[in-house]
Amino acid sequence: MRQDIIIIGGGPAGLAAALAAKEAGAEQILILERDRELGGILNQCIHNGFGLHTFKEELTGPEYAARYIAKVEQEKIPFLLETIVIDIAKAENGDKAVTAMNRERGLFTIHTKAVILAMGCRERPRGALNIPGFRPAGIYSAGTAQRYVNIEGRMPGKEVVILGSGDIGLIMARRMTLEGAKVKAVAELMPYSGGLKRNIVQCLDDFGIPLKLSHTVVDIRGKKRVEGVTLAQVDENKKPIAGTEEYIPCDTLLLSCGLLPENELSLNLGVSLNPATSGPYVNESLETNISGVFACGNVLHVHDLVDYVSEEAAAAGKYAAAYVREAADSQTREKTETACAGSETQICLEAAEGIRYTVPSTISPSHMEDMQLVRFRVADVYKEVFLKVYFDGKPVVSQKKRVLAPGEMEQLRLKKEQLQAFPDLKKITIRIEKEAG
Amino acid sequence: MDRLEYDVIVIGAGVTGSAVARELARRERRIAVLERESDICEGTSKANSGIAHAGFDAQPGTLKAKLNVQGARLMKELSEELDFPYRQNGSLVVSFEAEGRERLQELYKRGEENGVEGLQILTGDEARALEPALSDEVAAALYAPTGGIVCPFGLNIALAENAAVNGVDFYLNTAAVKIECEQDGYRILTKEKEFFAPVVVNAAGVYADALHNMVSEHKLHITARRGEYCLMDKKTGGLVKSTIFQLPTANGKGILVTPTVHGNLLAGPTAEDIEDKEGVNTTAEGLARALAVGAKSVKALPVRQVITSFAGLRAHEESGDFIIEEAQDAPGFFDVAGIASPGLTSAPAVGVYVAEMIQARFPAPEKSGFIGARKGIPCVAEADNEERQRLIAENPAYANVVCRCELVTEGEILDAIHRPLGATTLDGVKRRTRAGMGRCQSGFCSPKVVEILARELHKDIGEITKSGEGSAFLTGYNKETCM
Repeated sequence: MRQDIIIIGGGPAGLAAALAAKEAGAEQILILERDRELGGILNQCIHNGFGLHTFKEELTGPEYAARYIAKVEQEKIPFLLETIVIDIAKAENGDKAVTAMNRERGLFTIHTKAVILAMGCRERPRGALNIPGFRPAGIYSAGTAQRYVNIEGRMPGKEVVILGSGDIGLIMARRMTLEGAKVKAVAELMPYSGGLKRNIVQCLDDFGIPLKLSHTVVDIRGKKRVEGVTLAQVDENKKPIAGTEEYIPCDTLLLSCGLLPENELSLNLGVSLNPATSGPYVNESLETNISGVFACGNVLHVHDLVDYVSEEAAAAGKYAAAYVREAADSQTREKTETACAGSETQICLEAAEGIRYTVPSTISPSHMEDMQLVRFRVADVYKEVFLKVYFDGKPVVSQKKRVLAPGEMEQLRLKKEQLQAFPDLKKITIRIEKEAG
Repeated sequence: MDRLEYDVIVIGAGVTGSAVARELARRERRIAVLERESDICEGTSKANSGIAHAGFDAQPGTLKAKLNVQGARLMKELSEELDFPYRQNGSLVVSFEAEGRERLQELYKRGEENGVEGLQILTGDEARALEPALSDEVAAALYAPTGGIVCPFGLNIALAENAAVNGVDFYLNTAAVKIECEQDGYRILTKEKEFFAPVVVNAAGVYADALHNMVSEHKLHITARRGEYCLMDKKTGGLVKSTIFQLPTANGKGILVTPTVHGNLLAGPTAEDIEDKEGVNTTAEGLARALAVGAKSVKALPVRQVITSFAGLRAHEESGDFIIEEAQDAPGFFDVAGIASPGLTSAPAVGVYVAEMIQARFPAPEKSGFIGARKGIPCVAEADNEERQRLIAENPAYANVVCRCELVTEGEILDAIHRPLGATTLDGVKRRTRAGMGRCQSGFCSPKVVEILARELHKDIGEITKSGEGSAFLTGYNKETCM
């Protein structure tokens, strides 16, 4: 049984990609999902705020997911649940061989023309943060705690300190409070929050939960269960400042210190990853360096809003369908291997001062649509600055920005006609500058 | 209070106590092992370097030297018999200065005297030819091809399980609170039970001095020597093939960099004597030191790939050697104390040595039907596709992946729970199957493992703990404190 497109992951990215691929004419589409149901992490995000862009209304996570799941079912797009993909390999004729396991079918391999990577991301664990102290029960990543509270209806703790002000941590500060826990503080290593402004206001300020910027956890006490943590202020090099330690008794430490795209399968396949995102380098078609392998959603780069995930994934689905249509044998396009590999047919995007990365990393004018969306994140908090775009060093765009923050994903639209006005264009540079001129 | 009588009682279900219990079980004896924690392998045995040392470190003539070399020789065969992960990967002791060569020469001589085979002194370039990731600063190295790596949990659990299969009774959550000498043996009081046996084996790790001192006037003093480690992602385990030591110091063999038997990379341990025998906390200084010193040995230690850190306590006895003997003034009370490094390597030999010592004083007839072999939990992650198919055909639960990072299936977790001395805690499942040991450190799988434990043990998820009493994951229901 050969598929046209296998989509790895049935979360928001995988669902939107499947629907768009179907709409673009792809026939044999299969979604492989490791969990018990479609919808991914949205199923445990019971707060509202989803869908403002996509549906022009405020939905909860499960509601947002349900709309996509209903469409997938309506379109009769097949999916397998509790199915884990253990390998993606190159096969003959440009096909990919996807090997997976589940209870019903055991271990099986399916060949497919195209693959869409939509595996999402995981949370950075305590160990990766090198937080010293004991290793008792009561230390959870915010998402794990969210699952206990929102899916199981069970509380992972009563008195809580949260390290990291990522969106899940902020949402959990509010959720734990509403469910009866006391959230004593949210500590953030950086001098600014990693979450959305609206979440700081609605989840912390509204509940009087202190946000301690430039603070970190320097000790965890409790041999069996957390008994307390010590916070300390950090200097500009993020090193704790002696004498600023503050011990806070608590039974729970939640960690919301960043998300990491889950690209182990991609790496084994030989997909090149961008160290800035830990996701694949992709071209304007969201195709990785391996022909017929596309990526979207949080496995590509961590998004702030699910609406953007859906939008990006729909593009990936459409491009994958086009790839299938054009047939694998005509795939002679150059691939995007590195951050900046401009060539005859590809223009590279350079993330310069203040810009951490861009998605995509390259654009082929011959393949681009009339308008190309470029997504990026900034490296620091900037106020009253200009976002500048240069085509081979010539200024093309200058946008005034009141505030730019790392917690919010930014985007820029490039028009095809702008690029066509520069026939030999090799490099597009995006940077932040203080001056308008 | 019931009085439970045995021929031999072993205190401590770490790797040493378990090895002793298994060897004793070869003869007709009623044997019990008392363990204060909720599971076996909960103390020093779970937090160490996982090295099967070649045996060139210890002073010739010491018990450490003898049992290390014997243990290292037994390890391979035992790993096959009891089905736990072990690999002979060789080790290098590196020196950064030309003067270090003399000290390497001393180690070489010591190793020869101890009976270590195949030792070679290499130049820096020869060492780098063997291990290209070695630092350019390495001027010379001692190569020991017989050095190995072993899964410390695997070894400990295999020994204990096999002892249990051969009739040894394990009492978990059973701390020996008090030991009293009686006419023909020892009365051991625990919180809920009373035990009696003519022969006691004291394998209580950092607490062996406290137990010994309850029955003997010749006091022992054991210091907890903390060692902190950083464990790196499996992506990085291929940096070195062999275990890389630096020249030893007064405090031990120093900080090493080694692949683990499961393919991670490990840096540590530090060495710090501490007061608190429960002080398995890591410190900012210790972790920084483990990485900084480790980074001297190799080029580009991937310090950003750390997935977890931990600390273990070595039971350091003042004499510096293992204390394995019948206490002078307490007949039948056998100390197996001060089992610091190379305790893990020596464990198989310690088991044999102690069993022979006890047999000489308290003979028992050989037991027919001793089952020496044990089959471990299948490992889907490491199995080939054919073996995976076979496992899934046997039980579809082997196709249901619970821990995605380490590819651990429900089938393996069920096996871990239901085999002898099965897991009852999240840490117990982790040490038996590796569920939760991967790069997400149990973020995704812990709720699922908790659910499986609850279902299989007929408990509520609120009763499931990380590592026994007082370490529950959940504290209640939503909103119950709001009402």
